[in-house]
Amino acid sequence: MITTQIAVIGGGPAGLQAALAAAQQGAKVLLVDDSERLGGQLIKQTHRFFGSEQQFAGSRGIAIAQKLEAAVRAEKNVTILQEATALGIYEDGVLLVEQQERVMKIKADRLIVAVGATERMLAFPNNDLPGVYGAGAVQTLMNVHGVRPGKRVLMVGAGNIGLIVTYQLLQAGVEVVAIVEAAPTIGGYLVHASKVRRAGVPIYTSHTIKEAYGQGAVEGAVIWRLDENWQPIPGSEQDLAVDVICLAVGLSPLSDLLWQAGCEMKYVPQLGGAVAVRDSHLCTTNPRIYVAGDAAGVEEASSAMVEGLVAGLAAALSLGLGDQQAEQQLSQAREQLTALRAGPVGEKIRAGLALVEKGVSADA
Amino acid sequence: MLKSTGIPTPADLAQVYPDKQRLERGPVAIIECFQSIPCNPCATACPRGAILPFADINDRPQLDAEKCNGCGLCVVNCPGLAIFVVDMAYSEKEALLKMPYEFLPLPQPGAVVTALNRAGQAVGTGTVIRVQSPPAFERTALIHLAVAKDLAHEVRNIKVEDETDEAR
Repeated sequence: MITTQIAVIGGGPAGLQAALAAAQQGAKVLLVDDSERLGGQLIKQTHRFFGSEQQFAGSRGIAIAQKLEAAVRAEKNVTILQEATALGIYEDGVLLVEQQERVMKIKADRLIVAVGATERMLAFPNNDLPGVYGAGAVQTLMNVHGVRPGKRVLMVGAGNIGLIVTYQLLQAGVEVVAIVEAAPTIGGYLVHASKVRRAGVPIYTSHTIKEAYGQGAVEGAVIWRLDENWQPIPGSEQDLAVDVICLAVGLSPLSDLLWQAGCEMKYVPQLGGAVAVRDSHLCTTNPRIYVAGDAAGVEEASSAMVEGLVAGLAAALSLGLGDQQAEQQLSQAREQLTALRAGPVGEKIRAGLALVEKGVSADA
Repeated sequence: MLKSTGIPTPADLAQVYPDKQRLERGPVAIIECFQSIPCNPCATACPRGAILPFADINDRPQLDAEKCNGCGLCVVNCPGLAIFVVDMAYSEKEALLKMPYEFLPLPQPGAVVTALNRAGQAVGTGTVIRVQSPPAFERTALIHLAVAKDLAHEVRNIKVEDETDEAR
């Protein structure tokens, strides 16, 4: 049995920031991450981040990952378990982790669940053909392994991920034939849309994919227009010769561990799916368990980092660690989150959070 | 409409364009940022305070065109690549554009490249005058492009032929 004060599950923007913040308050932290490289989705993000200086605005995601990783590695209070998968949480709170076919039991006073989100799939005929990718897979292939996914791409979804991955495909020298978006307006930031537009990629709003076709692999896709009730309009079909169909149709928080730990869960469409009911310190209804990042509700990486800060500080404070300065840092981080979510693009998040946030922790 | 096409309309642009007199006097930033998003590096990057400080991080940038000298620092600091500098006083026939560019290979000074509009359509050619890409620009290059004056408010991208790429 390994014992630690705080175990952080997930080494993405939220988890790295949480581990760092808690360790800086003197907590012994065990960081568990299932991939080869720390950073989560940040390591695939070659675009510059929005936000303010406090969230590294202007830096590229990959550079932010490197900075956070270096800071975490320099922190002697943090032990890192890489290529290690959190398998489950026992009723007595013991966390089970598998690393290189070895299973370990971990007893932590506090758990911070920062496991991120999973990509949604879209139902259409032949969506199982090779050549149909999730946007995350395209990013992994291109930006982590330097492999182009194909030559001509249809992007499905004009949220930030669809727009950003389109731009990255263009940078990699891959043609993007079109972006289709079922909604009547572009969901992602308009500056991202304008960027791919002036590079010549058309964006078809109120359009969706009807079917993919091909012998053994994708050879083309048929798209069609949707009416104001989101019903396809027969006769509006367009046939596009593509070898890649990239799906960027949203994310859902990964919630398995939280369900298993008996946290009160709630389905909140605005946050992408089932999320844990929590207080403003990101402590769930299980007082030993905190959430942060996309696992707490799908949002931008800049908010995920600040949530990590909140959860890391709050978890450390709840163990009697930290000082007044840590409390100040915590309230500043909460103010940053409020500011990031204050505008019109934060409206959905605010509405979602109103459904799952309950009061302030008594312990800090 | 911008929200369904990604292309700002003339009405959108009218909101952010400095007046004609200011344009004719020399380089000035055109901030094509039309949506309130939580982002402020343009204001913190401006050494002259020409982009007014944000009260709320979701504010849209406000330019004091009188203070702006068109240096281009905001152009390479805008994560959305939404800022351009237009210099209508560059020469008698040509305007100079400073544009953000994140594709390889970078064009060479002197190269004549295809000039694209906001929809990505070729509208003419431009001559690359200078390419700035120091480390501080974090790999967003600043391309100085001379174009015919009547294209200065249309051209927002370039196409550089890449002969080294075997995949094309």
